[in-house]
Amino acid sequence: MITWRGFLKRFLSDPVAIGAGIVLLILILMAVLAPVIAPQNPYDLLQIDIMDSEMPPSWQPGGDPRFLLGTDSQGRGVLSTIMYGTGISLLIGIGAVIVQGILGVTLGLWAGYRGGWVDSFLMRLADIQMSLSTLMIAIIVLALFQAAFEASVYADYAIIMLILIIGIAEWPKFARTVRSSVLGEKNKEYVDAARVIGLPARKVMWGHILPNALTPVMVISTIQVAEAIMTEAALSFLGLGMPVDRPSLGSLIRSGFEFVFSGSWWITLYPALVLIALILALNLLGDWLRDVLNPKLRRGDD
Amino acid sequence: MHIIAFLIRRAVQAVIVMFVISIIGFSIQDNLGDPLRELVGQSVSEAERDLMREDMGLNDPFFAQYARFLGKAVQGDLGTSYFFKRPALAVIMDKFPATFELVIGAVVIFLSLSIPAGIYCAINRTSWLSRIIMSGSILGISVPVFLTAIGMVWLFGVELGWLPAFGRGDVYELPWGWETGFLTIDGLKHLILPSITLSSIMLPLFIRLIRAEMMETMGTDYVRFARAKGLSTARVRYVHAFRNTLLPVVTVGGLMIGTLIAYTILTETVFQWPGMGFLFLEAVNRVDTPLIIAYIIVVGLIFVVVNTLVDFIYTLINPMVKLPGAKA
Repeated sequence: MITWRGFLKRFLSDPVAIGAGIVLLILILMAVLAPVIAPQNPYDLLQIDIMDSEMPPSWQPGGDPRFLLGTDSQGRGVLSTIMYGTGISLLIGIGAVIVQGILGVTLGLWAGYRGGWVDSFLMRLADIQMSLSTLMIAIIVLALFQAAFEASVYADYAIIMLILIIGIAEWPKFARTVRSSVLGEKNKEYVDAARVIGLPARKVMWGHILPNALTPVMVISTIQVAEAIMTEAALSFLGLGMPVDRPSLGSLIRSGFEFVFSGSWWITLYPALVLIALILALNLLGDWLRDVLNPKLRRGDD
Repeated sequence: MHIIAFLIRRAVQAVIVMFVISIIGFSIQDNLGDPLRELVGQSVSEAERDLMREDMGLNDPFFAQYARFLGKAVQGDLGTSYFFKRPALAVIMDKFPATFELVIGAVVIFLSLSIPAGIYCAINRTSWLSRIIMSGSILGISVPVFLTAIGMVWLFGVELGWLPAFGRGDVYELPWGWETGFLTIDGLKHLILPSITLSSIMLPLFIRLIRAEMMETMGTDYVRFARAKGLSTARVRYVHAFRNTLLPVVTVGGLMIGTLIAYTILTETVFQWPGMGFLFLEAVNRVDTPLIIAYIIVVGLIFVVVNTLVDFIYTLINPMVKLPGAKA
């Protein structure tokens, strides 16, 4: 393990990690403070005027100083929709990873600690589910959902559906990681000691083994958020995710896509850049965390 | 003996997966839309409808209906597409060559780039080119495939106008009705952008994987021993070390099939590539249930077949593999 002080010291000595951290912080702040700092509220129909549609960024000819990054086809300011949209993307990404974590850690602990048929059944299930791929599962489930319900009903539940589907489809990643840590820990003396004094299995698993198996969970959490955001964006781009009136970054790109070739590139370009920056920052931080928290990998890399 | 046990085990697994998929397919058919309404419209009276429903067996118990569905499915009858008014399976199979050629194009591109790049980065760890490739690969992982696609269409298709960015171009019909774009210049040109796009998401993953595996095998005892024996560096690297690098690559390749199929849907959407994924999204928008079911079943079948093949290749290239399930 590594102390907090050592952790901070390594963070401050790595320019890439600092850069990624700052970008991520800015994007999170931008999303959280969107209702306060955004120039318009894209959900408030009173503030939207169709006459403002498809205006270029303010420094371009025909731009309007009210809309720094231009407007989309419905007259919403691109900067404002990006601020709100980043929030929705982050919310779904983090929500999905919480679901993955709860499911994956529980099942992984159980499989690793109990072993036997529970273990082989769960791991086989994990294998099959992983090879089906989260995106494929999500596309099919959401496609059916959309075909079965009306668009307005669908729109109300889109966030919850996306969090649940991406959460449930990705549990194997956490479960496998936790399971392999449990297998490494469960024959150690402290676990025997806990068992011998008569603690129930539940307490041994959650109170004694899990704290020692958490490091890899932290490492994959970061990467998983990036992956969940990417999956959500892909689904929204296909029209299976967030509806256009409550857009995530993916649905913003979808609604801008048809205007790229008629010259209104800003509707697509800016959300796309923010999406890439968000995913890249999370991936870089995840990679950095893995290098720092996993000494074995570090040795192999030097 | 082992091979037979292995094949039986795989066959059982494949049957279970297909069984689950068929149940899903059937439940969709059972719950999504009313086949009667699609057939007769609004003008038929309620009494006549009840009669027809009885005739068509729509009032039978779930199990009887499922058995009928399965019996038809095994014979290749997955219902008639509401939109195309043709058998759903035939509609899907018409689009299969387009998707297949797109995937082949992508696989050729990413294999021919990722293997040399991965090996190079593992051997010349500190060279500037390795650094560029490695940092480029994390950027590549972070760009969603539909953004790569849009970027490609915009840059090469619209701004520079070098390559066609929409559709498949000219196709040549082979004697068995398979339309191929491989045999016409125009078809090949149309293939370039979509297949580069599709490969772009796999490329960085495989470069990193091959590099990591190669570095690990280069440090193992048997590689050191081969070198101590006086074998040439090239032989040690490309024959001894690389062969074992291939094993995890094949495994991961098998695991990526589902992802690859999902990405064909995204790629085909942007490039309006007339393949199965594009068709599937259209079917979803039209609530064309038989077509949706046919797509899921065909994709499930492809998935099962490819995974079994990958497992088989794995056992072939790994000299010391213990076939799974052959322990007893």
